[in-house]
Amino acid sequence: MFNRRGHLKSLAFAAAVVSGSLIAVQPVFAQETIKVGVLHSLSGTMAISETVLKDTVLMAIDEINAKGGVLGKKLEPVIVDPASNWPLFAEKTKQLLTQDKVSVIFGCWTSVSRKSVLPVVEELNGLLFYPVQYEGEELSKNVFYTGAAPNQQAIPAVDYLMSKDGGGAKRWVLLGTDYVYPRTTNKILRAYLKSKGVKDSDIDEKYTPFGHSDYQTIVADVKKFAAGGKTAVVSTINGDSNVPFYKELGNAGLKAKDVPVVAFSVGEEELRGVDTKPLVGHLAAWNYFMSIKNPANDEFTKKWGAYAKAKNIAGHKDKPLTNDPMEATYIGINMWKQAVEKAKSTDTDKVIAAMAGQTFKAPSGITSKMDEKNHHLHKSVFIGEVKADGQFNVVWKTSGPVKAKPWSPYIEGNDKKPDEPAKK
Amino acid sequence: MSLPFFVKPNKMFSSLRGLKRWVLGVCLLSVALGAQALSMAQARGMAVGETDARLQVLNQVLQQADAASVAFLQALTDDRVKVLGDTVWLVRDGQSFSPVDGSVQPMPEDAQDVVSNNRMRGEIDAALAALKLLSPDKAVRMQAAQALIKEPDAAKAPLIAKALANESDASVGQSLRWAKAAMDISSPNTATRARAAQDLAQAKTPEVQLLLNQQWAQEGDPAVKAQIGAALRDIQAALAWGERWGVVFTGLSLGSILLLVALGLAITYGLMGVINMAHGELMMVGAYATYVVQGLFRQYLPGFFDAYLIAALPVSFFTAAMVGVVLERGVLRHLYGRPLETLLATWGISLMLMQAVRTIFGAQNVAVENPSWMSGGVQVLANLVLPWNRLFIVLFALLVLAAMALLISQTRLGLFVRGVTQNRAMASCMGVHTARIDTTAFALGSGIAGLAGCALSQVGNVGPDLGQGYIVDAFMVVVLGGVGQLAGTVYAALGLGVLNKLLEGWTGAVLAKIAVLVFIIVFIQKRPQGLFAMKGRSAEA
Repeated sequence: MFNRRGHLKSLAFAAAVVSGSLIAVQPVFAQETIKVGVLHSLSGTMAISETVLKDTVLMAIDEINAKGGVLGKKLEPVIVDPASNWPLFAEKTKQLLTQDKVSVIFGCWTSVSRKSVLPVVEELNGLLFYPVQYEGEELSKNVFYTGAAPNQQAIPAVDYLMSKDGGGAKRWVLLGTDYVYPRTTNKILRAYLKSKGVKDSDIDEKYTPFGHSDYQTIVADVKKFAAGGKTAVVSTINGDSNVPFYKELGNAGLKAKDVPVVAFSVGEEELRGVDTKPLVGHLAAWNYFMSIKNPANDEFTKKWGAYAKAKNIAGHKDKPLTNDPMEATYIGINMWKQAVEKAKSTDTDKVIAAMAGQTFKAPSGITSKMDEKNHHLHKSVFIGEVKADGQFNVVWKTSGPVKAKPWSPYIEGNDKKPDEPAKK
Repeated sequence: MSLPFFVKPNKMFSSLRGLKRWVLGVCLLSVALGAQALSMAQARGMAVGETDARLQVLNQVLQQADAASVAFLQALTDDRVKVLGDTVWLVRDGQSFSPVDGSVQPMPEDAQDVVSNNRMRGEIDAALAALKLLSPDKAVRMQAAQALIKEPDAAKAPLIAKALANESDASVGQSLRWAKAAMDISSPNTATRARAAQDLAQAKTPEVQLLLNQQWAQEGDPAVKAQIGAALRDIQAALAWGERWGVVFTGLSLGSILLLVALGLAITYGLMGVINMAHGELMMVGAYATYVVQGLFRQYLPGFFDAYLIAALPVSFFTAAMVGVVLERGVLRHLYGRPLETLLATWGISLMLMQAVRTIFGAQNVAVENPSWMSGGVQVLANLVLPWNRLFIVLFALLVLAAMALLISQTRLGLFVRGVTQNRAMASCMGVHTARIDTTAFALGSGIAGLAGCALSQVGNVGPDLGQGYIVDAFMVVVLGGVGQLAGTVYAALGLGVLNKLLEGWTGAVLAKIAVLVFIIVFIQKRPQGLFAMKGRSAEA
């Protein structure tokens, strides 16, 4: 009898120890990592631009994890491929927030993808970091915009083209892909040009669908339009349509010193597949170029080169290139990490509050600052000319960072909109 | 006659003799103008600093016009100048030279590239053009004169006057007079301006049009303004034909691409009645075959890289044909006479092919470069440049069409294909192996799709979804042209191409596509059999 009781006791004790340790161990496993969603097109027409942003997030996550993670936990990336399909962006966001329970999403490039994602992220109170230049006209509590607003890219570019150094343009061709970003940006630019005294007959707007590849007629039209006065082209073409567009410009002999083309969505990565010798002198406006020389950028490009080689990333392992949206992604994820550490939590509202005023030493050379109220970064503006090797030569820059104006003063009714997200 | 625009002046120096003669010409010029030599300070002044300051030094150096200055300006245009501190070097063939006397000078590792913006580059080109006015080579002088028409600058007036006085050739002389008129058009003297406007009316180029438009915008005197208006109208009338031919050519080139894309489908759908939704993917297979051939040439035969396209043609034909044979033998053979099942099955196979390509080559686009003989364009009229890649594709489409027509009408295989199409049972009775003919015809159609893919790789992006962009167009052309007829496909392709481009000029690319689609829908409603219908009775419904 004593034996059985003894057995029972020791059995009960063993069971208690085992179950106790299981209960003790399980919560530790479940809270080991913080999940980070990556929502970039890895196939389709936008893959040419977005794939490298996924790799930038992964590099930053590796870097942060090597330094001990965030709040003592490692970051775990959850990568999805919305395949340049705008409704699929919304579905994947829902999956990331409800199924995978990510704490933050880094993603989107085209404004139509961001507009698809916006209602999902607002309804489920998620957090999106959007790293690409865009048209403004939006200010959501759940989004941090680390790319340029029009007054940090489009307006300074047009100012430069009107100046003597930029060619003194009197006529304008506004050429873009047919969706919300080019249409809104061109609306803002038209109002801006009008305020500078440019007549309507001196502005020509043209749109092509996503994936369009036959630019003969458009380039011929630009040449004809340019005979009426010194002309500049403002290009908001997005995705792989840029490759046939620039090829056609080169074949038709449209030189940059005669008709300069400034692009807002073309950086070092989009020029990779193009023969850049006939394109020397054409321009792009960004807040960062790979060719900017300063210690922070040297470190950033070296880090990226080493990462690309180690992970065998197609194209970048032989010729690593960095560009503005990569820099914005890098700034975004680092600022998010700092905000989480400041708020001591990954809860969306606490992180949003802690993001205000965050600073980070950016590869573009300035100390980047997240505005206290309007969810945008203060950014310096650089205008670069294409060089024969596909890099950009900076020909103009602002003296210091420019605060973003997400509600452009050139659209009616914007003066009544507040410079911070609407309170829910 | 002007040279093709893409032949740049510095190609003239590829022969040392050409360079020597040119430098001799410049020495004569410099003696005529009382030259001094280029100094290191001047070289540095043109290499670094604000554009305005650099341009001031440039104008100084222009007056000197010695051989060293010319060589330095040419190096600036070619981005072959480096600077560190107060010293400047010219780089050529891996060696560094001093700009002052051309002697070889060592250059430190951290010497910076000299970069110029658009404005600087434009001024350097104009300066070089002015200096080239006394070249012994007529073609160089012609090009220089035309560059000066484009960018008139009063500072270059004495050089132009000197060149006019010494000019023997009539056409170069005419261009020089126009260059002078281009400067006179903004002279303060009214009579000079009026005469310049009259002169320039003869130079019917877009550059002169631009000059006159700019002057017209700021002209005060009404008589001169009227003169400029008349000149502009003259030039516009002369250029109008260039624009019209331009639209026709773009329509033809789009039509030729549609023809290539639809020709294969005309055989498989038109002659055999197979609805092949994987046709676009067969084109994609051809395009990727071209990419693979390009890679092989780049790795093993870099010296012959320009010939990779010729080698890629048979490779893409046979690769796509093989895929077609597998498709036909494996799937379609069991589905003849059942169009809906064929449609579904081929659609499923198209998805499989796309995913296979994504797995092997990656989901992103791959870069297929144009060989050098396909880049650039040929200037046929003052405002019409025809790109080489599109010219070759038009030619290629016509060749493929001719080969196909010959095959179908003159060879035994073509006879059997026609026979099987018109009356399968009877052809079988006559001893034709219908199953083998089916496979061969399908392989032929797929092979032509592969050739279309090879052509498309030269003008558009090559990615896994290359076929998706063209499948609808291909079916539209075949249906519009009439099933069973090659002639119909040709007319439909060319017609749709020209129509699309005409509309694009008026309504923009997006609306043009919509309008063409609406037109086809209405046309098919009225005439379901298409443009060219098969006449007579056929045994099968």
